[in-house]
Parts: sequence; C-alpha cells; structure tokens
Amino acid sequence: MRFTRFGSVAAVAIAASVLLSSCAANEGGTPTDDESASTLSGSLVGGGSSAVGAAQETWIAEFQTANPDVDIAYDPAGSGAGRETFLAGGSDFAGTDRAFDDEEVAAGGFASCAPDSPIVQLPLYISPIAVIFNLEGIDTLDLDAETIAGIFAGTITSWDDPAIADQNEGVELPATPITAVHRSDDSGTTENFTDYLAQAAPTTWTYEADGVWPIEAGEAAQGTSGVVDAVTNGTGTIGYADASRAGDLGTVSVLVGDEYLPFSPEAAAAIVDASPFVEGRAEGDLSIELDRTPDEAAYPVVLVAYLVGCETYEDSAQGELVKEYFTYMASPEGQEAAAEGAGSAPISDALFEKASAAIELIK
Amino acid sequence: MTTTATPPLRAKVRRADRVFSTSTVVAGILILVALAAVAVFLIAQSIPALLADPSELKGSPSSFWAYVGPLAFGTVWAAFLALLIAFPISIGIALFISHYAPRRVAQGLGYVIDLLAAVPSVVFGLWGIKVLAPMVTPFYGWLVDNFGWFPLFAGSVSGTGKTILTVAIVLAVMIIPIITALSREIFLQTPVLHEEAALALGATRLEMIQMAVLPFGRAGIVSAAMLGLGRALGETMVVAMVLSPAPVISFVLTGSANPSTIAGNIALNFPEAHGIEINALIATGLILFAITLVINSVARVIVNRRKAFSGAN
Amino acid sequence: MTATTATPVVAPSGMTNSLTTGRLPRWVPWTLLGASWAVLLVVFGMVAASSDTELNVPAAIFLGTVLFDVLLFVTAYLVEGIRQARDRFVTSLVVTAFILALLPLISLLFTVLTNGLARFDLAFFSQSMRNVVGEGGGALHAITGTLLITGMAAIISIPVGLLTAVYLVEYGRGGLARAITFFVDVMTGIPSIVAGLFAFAFFSLLFDDEGIRFGFGGSVALSLLMIPVVVRSSEEMLKLVPNELREASYALGVPKWLTILKIVIPTSIAGITTGVTLAIARVIGETAPLLLIAGFTTSMNYDLGADRMMSLPVFVFNQYANPGSNVDPYLERAWTGALTLILIVMALNLIARLIANIFSPKLGR
Repeated sequence: MRFTRFGSVAAVAIAASVLLSSCAANEGGTPTDDESASTLSGSLVGGGSSAVGAAQETWIAEFQTANPDVDIAYDPAGSGAGRETFLAGGSDFAGTDRAFDDEEVAAGGFASCAPDSPIVQLPLYISPIAVIFNLEGIDTLDLDAETIAGIFAGTITSWDDPAIADQNEGVELPATPITAVHRSDDSGTTENFTDYLAQAAPTTWTYEADGVWPIEAGEAAQGTSGVVDAVTNGTGTIGYADASRAGDLGTVSVLVGDEYLPFSPEAAAAIVDASPFVEGRAEGDLSIELDRTPDEAAYPVVLVAYLVGCETYEDSAQGELVKEYFTYMASPEGQEAAAEGAGSAPISDALFEKASAAIELIK
Repeated sequence: MTTTATPPLRAKVRRADRVFSTSTVVAGILILVALAAVAVFLIAQSIPALLADPSELKGSPSSFWAYVGPLAFGTVWAAFLALLIAFPISIGIALFISHYAPRRVAQGLGYVIDLLAAVPSVVFGLWGIKVLAPMVTPFYGWLVDNFGWFPLFAGSVSGTGKTILTVAIVLAVMIIPIITALSREIFLQTPVLHEEAALALGATRLEMIQMAVLPFGRAGIVSAAMLGLGRALGETMVVAMVLSPAPVISFVLTGSANPSTIAGNIALNFPEAHGIEINALIATGLILFAITLVINSVARVIVNRRKAFSGAN
Repeated sequence: MTATTATPVVAPSGMTNSLTTGRLPRWVPWTLLGASWAVLLVVFGMVAASSDTELNVPAAIFLGTVLFDVLLFVTAYLVEGIRQARDRFVTSLVVTAFILALLPLISLLFTVLTNGLARFDLAFFSQSMRNVVGEGGGALHAITGTLLITGMAAIISIPVGLLTAVYLVEYGRGGLARAITFFVDVMTGIPSIVAGLFAFAFFSLLFDDEGIRFGFGGSVALSLLMIPVVVRSSEEMLKLVPNELREASYALGVPKWLTILKIVIPTSIAGITTGVTLAIARVIGETAPLLLIAGFTTSMNYDLGADRMMSLPVFVFNQYANPGSNVDPYLERAWTGALTLILIVMALNLIARLIANIFSPKLGR
C-alpha cells in the first residue's frame, strides 16, 4: 500500500522532470547554413505600452526568424513603466502611447543612452480607435463629435434621443437607455479619445485630455478586452476600443468636415500626415501634435504610439542592433506585418521617409 | 530524615534541541527582517506622494487623503460584503464535511471544495466578466425595479453587471475554500469524547455542534475568517477585471459608479504611472497595509479573549 | 390496591417529548428536496416560456433548495417537535451551503473546460510562443516558468513559515513572539503588486541593474505573499494538537525537538499540507508582481538566476488582454492556459494529500 503511494508520487515527479527537461519543439536547431543568413547577433530589451504588445510580438517574431541569433524581449508592462525603465537605463528601447514631452526631453538624463545623446522618437504604431456599440440590427451610426461627447458625458441618455436620430434618418433607433463604457485603467487609448473629444467638441466636453477618465458618468472596464466584453455582453452599450477589436460590433462613422467617415487604416494614417511635428525637438524626434479637426478626409480618433531609442548608445554594437530593428519596424514589410498581426494602420510613405532619416542617426 | 537541599530538577539541554529552537527563532526573525525591509521601502516611496502638491496626482484631488478615501472605503466595503457572503456558507460547508456528510464521501467533498481554491485569480477574473456579470445583470435590474427604495439598490442599474456586488460574490467564492479548509480541519480536531458525551446526554446533532464543536473551534474560525478577509482585501486581478470603478464613496450595490479598492486601483493605474504617480500608488499600498493591520489587531484581540479553548494553551 | 395506578401513560396532548414523538421516515427529506426542485423548475420553465427567455437553471435549483429548507422545517416541527425541527433545519441549511458553493464551481469548471479544451493539444505542451504570430504555439515556456518560480517560492516559504509557526506555538513567549504574530498578520495585507515592486527595487539595488528581470526575483516576491498564509494556517493547526500528546511524549523522555518532529507535526500534518496547498494556490495565479520582476518573454528559460521568465498567469492575462487582430486563437490559448493552471494546482493538491496520508497517524475519523 505504502509502496504504491510512494510509487505514484515518484511517477508524478518523473513525469514533471521529463516535462521540465524537454525543449520546446519550435525552438533551437534553426538551420544556419542558409546563404542569406544574417550576421546580426545579440539581444535587445524593450518595454512599455501594452497597446503595442501585439505588434511587437509580430515584429519580434519576424525579425528573429530573419536573424536567428538575435533575441528581443518586450515587456508589455505599460507606457509609464516603459518610459520609467528607459529613463533609468533598464531597457534599450521603449514603446509608449505618448512621446516624452518638452519638459522630460529638456530634463534629459536618459540612462540608456550615451551621455548627452538626444533621443529618437518615432510614431511607428498608428491604430485607429473605433467607437463601438451594441444595438440589435444596427451596424453603423453617423455621429458628430458633439453627440459622441454628449453620450459619454451622460447628457444624452437614450438611443432615440433627437441628437442621434437627426443624424441617422432611416435608422430605427430603440428607446433603450445608453450605457457608455470607458476604460477603468489609465491608458493611452483614453488619453487619445478624450483629446479628440476636447478638441472636436469643446463646448460639450470641457475636460482636458487625460489617460484617466475624468468624470463619474458611465461604466468602466479594464483594458481594450474589458471594454469590448462589456459592450458585447450588455445591451444599448457604447464604448471605444482599438479598431482591430471591433469585430461584429456596430461602429460609428465620425463627422469630419461635412462628411461622415468610418475608420480605415488609410484615413487613420492620413491624420498623422495632416498634423504638425512638435517644434523645437532634436532631429530624430518625430513627436506629433495631433490635429483632431482636420480639413481633409482623415479619421481623427487615432492612437499614435512611439518607439523611443537613443541617437547614440554606449555600446555601438547595441546601437547597430537597435538601428536594424527600428529600420525593420519602419519598413513597409514591418508595417504590413503589424497591420496583419495587430490591426494597425501602416504609416504613409512621407512619414516613412522622415522616419528612415531619423533612424539613420542611431549609432 | 533531613531534607537535603537537592538542586532543582532541570532537563538536560541537548544540542539538537538548541539547534532546532534556534532555527525556529531565526525563521521568525527572518520574517520580521523581510517585513521591516518592505515597510521601509513602502514608507520611503510613499513620503514624496504625501508631501507633493495634490494637483500633480491623477484626477487632481484636493488632497492625497481625498484621493485615497474612496479607495480605502471601497476596499473595506468589498471585503466586508465578501466576508458576509462567504462566512456563513463556509462554516456550513465545513460542518457538512466534518459532521454531516457520510464519512466515506466526506473526503471527496472536501476535495471538491479545495478545487475552488485551486482556481487562480486570473481565471476568476475571466469567469467574473464573461459569465457571472452578464448572468446577474437581469437580476440586478429586477432588484432595482422592485427594491429601488432601499438605499443599497438606489439609483439606476448598471447595464453590464460590473458592480461591487458582483465583485463581492467573486471574492466570496474565492475565499470560501480558504475559510472552509481551515475550519474543516479545526472541526475535525474536536475531541471525540466531548462530542460523544453531548450525544449521550440526548443532544441532537445541532446541539452537539453548539455545545462541543463550535466552542472548541471558535478561535480557529476567527483566524480562518481573517485569513479569508486578508485575501479579499489584497485581491488585485479580480477587482481590476470585474469592477466598474469611479472615485466615489457609495454603498449602492447595483450601480455603475462603484468605489474601487486599493489593490485594484494600483493594478489599473500602475502600468501607465510615472514620476510622482508611482509614489502615490505605493502610498495607497501603505494605507492598505495599515487597514489590514487594524483589522487583524481587532481579530487578535477577539481570539486572545478565547484562548482558553485552544489545545496548546 | 386499586387499578387506578395501572392506567397506561398517555402523553398529554401538547406535551413535546423529543424522545417519544414520531420521527420522519428516511425518505421524506429526499422526496421533499426533489419535489421542491421540480416545482421551482416548472415555475421557472413557465416564466421562461411566457417571457421568451432562457430557463435559468441555477436560480431554480437555488430557490428550490430554499423552499426545501422551509418545507422540511415545517414538516419536522409538526411531526417531530421543535428540537428535531431545528436540527433538521440546520442540517438542510448546511447542505444548502454546500450546494450553493458548488454552483459557481460547476459553472467555472464548465466555462474553463468548454473554452479550454479546444487547444488542449500536444502543441500547447511542447511549444513555446517564440516566433509565433496568430494561430499555433504553446505555453511550455510559461508552464516551466510557473513550476520553477512557484517551486522556488515554496522552497523558501514552507520551511520559513513552518519553523516560524513552530516557534510561535512551541517556543514563543514574550515580545518577539507577539511581534512576529502581529507582523505576520500585517504581511497578509501586502498587495501583490507591492511585493513585486519591492522585489524589483531590492534586486535592482543589489545588482545595480535598473532593468533586472529574473525568475528568482519572482520567487522572492511570491514568498512574501505566501509566508503569512503558511504561518497562519500551520499555527492554527499546531495549536490544535492536544497538550496531552506532548506531555505523554515528554514523560517518556523524548526531547522537545523530537516531540515536535515526531508527534506534533505528524498529528497536524493534514491541516498543514492543506494550508500549504492553499498558500501555493494563492500565489500561483499572481500576475502583476511576476510581470514586474520576472518579466515577459516568448522563449524558454530554465534558469531562475538570469533573464526573463514567463509564467502561466502572465501568459493567460496577456493572451486575453493584448490579442492580435485575429482574436480567437489568443482567447483559446488564454482559456487553455487557465485550464492548465487549474490542473497544476489540482495535481499539487493531490500530491499534498498523498503526503499527508502517508505521514499522518490514523485518527478515529
């Protein structure tokens, strides 16, 4: 009796040790006798925005496949954490939902870089934010910024409100109460969405852009997934989330100029081209001052995430590796991969040229 | 016969005894050192937030205390609700397993409840938003329609079920196995002679439990409840994933604006925090520390008053 | 001698004597339970049919059980008297509590199983996520990471926690014991993320590396969360060992340390292992501290001492929270990861029970 018990414990232990000692079937043993095999090797460490997480996974997978001796790690711990770590010298590059601002750039002290090296900030991840809703039988609604602001501020409380109905003639709107869902966590998506409301609907939305939802009205849910779940599971719900996650939910076409525009990658990339760069920055710093009220047909609710590196690294081999990786991410192939894997909007050719010039500075 | 002054009887001090008792002391001191290090870290990191201009904090509260107030309230409120739900159920289950269920199935049933303890909090969080919240939403609507006059169900109902009551239910489910497992072990240790004596006097099973089992286990039950409460107070992921928070102090169970908890708030805002905001979040952690300290001290006082019943007094 | 004394004793009506009143046949409670469930299911079914909604089985079962509690009390009161009725009432409440706890468990296991079995395949347990985008891939890296990190945390926490509990129960007197008791309680209030932050601050200071991420740091962070649970539960269990056992052992001349090792701990080993398993279950699902100090990676790493190490909860949370544009494979991996995590804790629980069975003395129960 006792022996069988010990036996089973031993069996479990052996099974566990076999599991532990085995190797992942998809790792190692990559044939390197390929003629086009790259000579790059080394390891890179990055961290930051979780919004860029899925894109980074795609980029890392592609880049590591092309360069088998390179190891890249990206911790999707959050933009704030990413900037802190980069500032303290704990990572080689950072992904962040907002660029380092004037004050932070002026303060300097980027421990990851060589002393006095300026930083490179590239808007390489552009993701449209969709305003999603769940109403049976309705796939799209046309809304202007004032109405969207009214819904999220809690002043428009029913779906058959005239403010909505006037813009959507022919759509049968139910008398369901509106449940507006916002992010409960501090996030770049919220910051960009509230920035849009503040710029495009200043009379209704009197709050400043902020990563934390500024008012009490509405429901809150954690993360893009939480918002999508809440909107999907509720009825009469509306929320905002990365467009790639809109799925089967209804989406809002936003009034730009005098035209209602649904989100699309091209329209999202266009808003970045239509906006000016922040003035007074170093040559490699492509921080953008987003203009959410464009004159042309550009989708104004976008999240622009930056990849931040140094112009000069202490270790030039490391600089070389960062340069190669950034070059790949900015390249049309890299942007296409991210669009496919993470649903982002590829950057325009004009921005690609500027980014390439900035990447050339890295050493 | 004269009484010769014999030296008082003393046990020989064995080396193994010394080694063993010293190692236990070392382990205890190690814990104290670790905790002191954590406390120093917490306090050192908190001070900048306490001294800082409150307008630099998220949401620009009037002071740090205005920022932490709703969070502290929400922490205690959610944990209290969870304990309120979990405690009677847990004691019931523990009694069921130890004294009611047929002996042969009791162990199996105990294992079933332990299964709940085996579920990690991320999974509870997923279950909470994907299954429980949609399921209770119509029920909340019914509650608010019919009992809206009652302060706990006042106001408009949440459209997604992500309320503090849902969180409390999930937390209760999480702490039930903790309280159950410990109280079950305690009930099983009741001296069989006490139980048989009670039964022999003609007591029903309920009276036997009242006379023999519960008094014996009271201190342990309080400890078990405290351990459960500690888990509920410090739970992060479930609160972050399930709750729809707002910076308010409100007792309402079914609305959209629920007070968040300290641990949940840290989890939600830490990833994007930088500079002084990190210090502010750690300072709220210090407050949670203090809350746990107060609650546990109270529990200790209660337990110590009942010390006479424990086996090793 | 008159015959008057021979009149048979007839209980006067209204007198309730629990020893002589009738008893309910054994089948009555079960029939009542079945009948109440049936009634409520029919009622709910009719409501569902009339309002065109889905039949809410859990609610019907729950309310049916409540109805059963009331019915049983009334029946028992009428037939058996108030003492028996109260006993039966509490019995039925206790059973209700058990059923109530089973409802979420069944719902949860059902959800995890239905969603998680889709990817519960060989690839999931033989591959990592390195260079995997979209479909495919596995969680081997996360499984090994979780086992290594949690295992190391257990290796740190169990001896420290158990020895401290022994100290508190067997040796501790005076200030030090009071201080330890008090501060162990306080330790239960460390938010998990603070434990992670502390571990990160501590090790980055120690190794002078601002970007430090390694598995052992995760183990230390988890130990901070685990130790108080181990101490608290083992302390309660050790306290329950009757003093008579200790005294009998001393009387036979057994030294104190052997008494503790051979008498006290084996007597309470079942409870201690339960506590330890609870503690492991408590920490094995932690996400936030591990993301901070153990980091995030898609590759295998067997070395606790260097480099990022993935863990299952981080894997599950990340698959759920940051999926790519094609969401389904990510969600499937998340649920399968959750299922795996539950299975691991269940297996640990079983092993702990085996150990407890082997070492514990056989009690009367």
